[in-house]
This record gives sequence, C-alpha cells and structure tokens, in this order.
Amino acid sequence: MGNHRDSTEEVSSVAVTSLEASKEKFPDPGLPPHSPRLTDVDPKQNKKAERHVTLLFVISILGALLFWFAYFGIRVEGNFYDVTNPENNHLLRLQNLFLGLGIALSMFGIGIGIVHWARALMPDHEMVEMRHPVSSEESRAEAQDIMETIIDESGIKRRPLLRNTLIGSIILAPLTFVTLFRDLGPANPSLLKHTLWDQGVRLVRDPSGTPIKAADVTIGSAYHVLPENLQSLTHETGYVEEKAKAVVLLMRINPAELNISEDRKDWNVDGILAFSKVCTHVGCPIALYEQRTHHLLCPCHQSTFDAANECEVIFGPAAHPLPQLPIAVDEEGYLVAQSDFHEPVGPAYWERAKHVNEMAGEAN
Amino acid sequence: MKALSQKRRHPLAAVVLLAIALILTGGLYAVATASNQAQAASSTTYTASDIEEGQKLFVSNCATCHGLNAEGTVDGPSLVGVGAAAVDFQVGTGRMPMQMQGTQAQVKPRQFNDEQTHQLAAYVASLGAGPTVPEDEHLDVTKGDAANGAKVFLANCAMCHNAAGAGGALTRGKWAPTLMGVSEKHIYEAMETGPQNMPVFNDANITPEEKRDVITYLKAQEVNESPGGFKLGSLGPVSEGLLIWTLGLGIVIAFTIWLTSRSA
Repeated sequence: MGNHRDSTEEVSSVAVTSLEASKEKFPDPGLPPHSPRLTDVDPKQNKKAERHVTLLFVISILGALLFWFAYFGIRVEGNFYDVTNPENNHLLRLQNLFLGLGIALSMFGIGIGIVHWARALMPDHEMVEMRHPVSSEESRAEAQDIMETIIDESGIKRRPLLRNTLIGSIILAPLTFVTLFRDLGPANPSLLKHTLWDQGVRLVRDPSGTPIKAADVTIGSAYHVLPENLQSLTHETGYVEEKAKAVVLLMRINPAELNISEDRKDWNVDGILAFSKVCTHVGCPIALYEQRTHHLLCPCHQSTFDAANECEVIFGPAAHPLPQLPIAVDEEGYLVAQSDFHEPVGPAYWERAKHVNEMAGEAN
Repeated sequence: MKALSQKRRHPLAAVVLLAIALILTGGLYAVATASNQAQAASSTTYTASDIEEGQKLFVSNCATCHGLNAEGTVDGPSLVGVGAAAVDFQVGTGRMPMQMQGTQAQVKPRQFNDEQTHQLAAYVASLGAGPTVPEDEHLDVTKGDAANGAKVFLANCAMCHNAAGAGGALTRGKWAPTLMGVSEKHIYEAMETGPQNMPVFNDANITPEEKRDVITYLKAQEVNESPGGFKLGSLGPVSEGLLIWTLGLGIVIAFTIWLTSRSA
C-alpha cells in the first residue's frame, strides 16, 4: 500500500491533492467489528453444525445410490412405446423421476455440505491482503530493454529469410489439425453423393410403404415419401443410413403458381413436385409445409424454402436450395423417379462442389 | 304336417307359395334399405330445405368475403368443391366467420348451432363435390390402433403439431394449433380438407382407418401423463428455457447471496 502512494506522489502533485480531498470526504470505515459465531463460542452448536455437514454428505451418498437403484433396479418390460399401456408409462415416469432426483441430491448434498462446513466450522477471522505495487516507469523501461535485446540478439530484423520461414511454419502447423477434421466425415465421401433413388424406382408412402398414384395427389396435398427399394434393406445392410439420405416430401401445387426454370420443366408431373427433406444447412428433416404460401420451414434454425420457386432459400442460414427429385408416371399410373438427385442432398461438405460438377456431367 | 302334405297338390298351392316368397323378399329388402337410409341421414344427406336455409345463412354471414355465390373474392377463397367437411370444421370450431382478417383464423366460441352448421354444410356441398362429414365408424377410437396411429402421426403430423400434439410455430406469424382437446370429428375433417395452410391428407394418402388410428393415438396422448416430470405445456425448449432462465437463475442468485453473506 505504501509503495502505491509513493509512486503516485512522484508522478503528479494534482493527483495527490485530489486524493487528499477525497480522503476527507470519505473516511476509511475500516473493518466492521468481529463478532464470534455461535459455533465459535458454544461447543454444542459446533457439534451440531458438524452433524449437519455429515448429514448433507450422507444425503449426497444416498442420492447417488438412488440413481443406481433407478438405473439398474427399475426395468420397463415389453414395448414402452405402447402409449395405451398405463403400466409401462408409470414405471417409466418413476424411473425418470428417481434418475433426476438421485443426481440432483448427490450434487446438492456435496455443494451445500462444503459451503456449510466452510461457513460454520472453518476459522472466520478477517484477513487483509495488501495490493501489489503498480509498475513504475523504471520497470517499464527495463522490460522494453529486454525486448529490444531479444530482437537485436535474435537478429530477426537482419535475417529476413529466417523471419519469413518462421511466419510460414507458424501459419501452417495449426492447419494440420484442420485437415484432421476431414476424418470426422465418412471415409469415402462419395457415399454422400448417391441415394437409393434411380430411374423407375417407385415413390412409396412413409410408413405404410404403398405406392402413390399421381391422380391421388390432389392440389394442396403433402406426401411423406421413401424409395420402394428401401424396403429390401435391413438394419444391418444400412436401412437407417439410406433412409436418412433418401427421404422426400411430395406436394402438388397449382401449375399456374409455379416458377420453374427451363431445364427442370419435365421434372414435375402436372405440378406434383418432389424435394429432398434433408435441410442443406445442418441436415435436419424439413417437413413443415404450408400449402397456401408454399413455404417449407426447417424447425431447427428456421431456414425457409419456397417450394413454388424450386425451393430457393427465402430466410435463414441454409446456403443452397433443397435438391429436387425428377419424377414421372409409369404405365400403371404410379409415381416413379426419373433418376437420382442431380446434386448431393443435405449440408455442404469438403468435396461437394466437385461432386455437383461430376453429377451434372453424368446427367448429361 | 299331414295336412300340409295333403294340400300340396291343391291348385292354389303354387299361388300361395309365390305370395309368401314375394312378401318375404320384399319385406327383407325394405328393412335393409330403410336401415341404410337411416345411417346415411345421420350425417351426409341433406334435404332441399337444408340447402335453402343454408344459402340464406351463407348470404347474410359469409358472402362478404366468399362472394354471393361462394365464388371467392380478394378477401376469401372460393368454396366451390371444398365440401361439407370443410364447413363443418371451420364453422364447428368457431374459426369461421372470422373475427377479422389476419394471418390465421383463430378458434373462438362458435357462432352457429349444430343445425345451422348442418344447413351451411348442405349449401356448400351442393355447390360442388368435396369431402363429406366423416362416418361415426371412422371416429370410433375403441376400434383404432394407437401404435400404428403414432407411426402415421410421427411421419405426417408431428413436424408441425409437435410430437406430443401440443402445436408449434410456423413461418411469418402462423402456427399449428394444439391437438389436445380437439374433437374426433374435427381432427378427421382437418386431415381430410387441409384448413388454411395445413396440407391436405386425402383418403388415398392417409386411409380412413389410418386417420382413425391417428385420432386414437391423440386421444391416448390426452389422458397419458408425461413420462418424465412436468410437461411445461410440452412446448420443448421455449417453456423449458423460460423456466430455467427465471426460476433456475433465481435459485442460483439466491445461493450466491447466501454464500457471500456473513455467517452468524
């Protein structure tokens, strides 16, 4: 504290007078008088506080045990998705309650116990810690000297080749980690390029798997669609992965309200359009379709697409339109795909631009 | 029996037999058709006077927006071909007549009683073929399969109406309303007609049996308690976030004050 005052006095006399003036206005109140706690004077209270802290820690232990009891002890038998079975629902509810309560008690007990220990039993004498002296002009000049010596002795100004190679290595070294992020995606990125859709694959309803007649898709309708060949896959042969890429939303819009570019003129059947349901932002499923405004809304980050305008982005963080699936009608009147998507579905990835070009080449 | 066998060669026997057969067939047919008519009359048949009364109600209550002949104006769509189901839903839930123009027609106490709604539906149905008011058979939740209904609901409805049927926000001020407490008939009609911005789910898309399964699932959801603590309206991060930012943060602040207070 003394050092601090000394240095300000040296710097400016104006500061000193203002400091002196404020001293008169606000006298240092000092520390409030120390009053001993009940636990300091009464050994009975001391014992009691100790018991309380122990009890809190025991509550924490019991909470952890309650969690394990709920996790391993309560078993929900049978199909717990069966919403009409109240028995399973009750068990599930009980398990969730005890899981949450167990974790909460085990954390709460430790936290409150430690705080109570510190407040009631640990010494409570006040301590004064002096402020560290603020750096002076001298030490600042000293530090500058050291820096200059380093620059001078390293010769970084006289040896530009050394300096430039150092800068280059510092920039490139962290970039090696960025390259590692590539490995977070699939090992073979062309997996993302193709889906199960192909020429002549029928569009079927999700979840019933029945094919769709073009005449049944009335204006304003929305169908949730899967490729028919998905049904031959099992969980082991990649059902979930293929389904996640191939999901499609089918809707019919009055052709007079459509705005379609020349090269996509024959991709729809009398206003029946099929778009990928995977958001091009981070891949959430999009199916919030408004039949009058033709807006498609992604529930995750509110990206909005205009279905009447080739699903261009009209709001939100998505970067490119939803890919359109070219469709046609087979001789029995059912809707079929003309081909796979003409661009990769879902969010952008490292090789996307390359794949878009390749797929455009394949289509032509 | 002896008397019968003696008289079977009587000249009038053939006439009597023919008469009995005719009465039996005719009687059975009459009973059968009468029961058919009785079923149909309950919901989907309309008399000429229904249509006439409906037109009067329409002209005085609806024509301002929908046009004198329901042909539509800039303020309201044409009602030709929307069917009786659309009228029964919109008027029956109080959405129509609208209180004011806005992003979305809101549910409010309905303005017309059952008979008037029936008459309005009769008039609009007479303008052009459209979805009819559903048969009671397709609304009977005791016959539905809730597990299949859950699958259909999750694939077709849950994205807007929320997995618990609690409703959710759409674009530019529109929203999907909650499905809790909505009558079986109105749920069915909404799927069939696609009110406002809801897509149409016609009988080819979701069959009447699947619609009944969906209704069964929703009715089961109404009575099921939440599987994990408080529901908070089943609205997800909105209500849960609000609770933790007010109550949760309040508790944290209270603990901070207790921690830093002087112990006595």
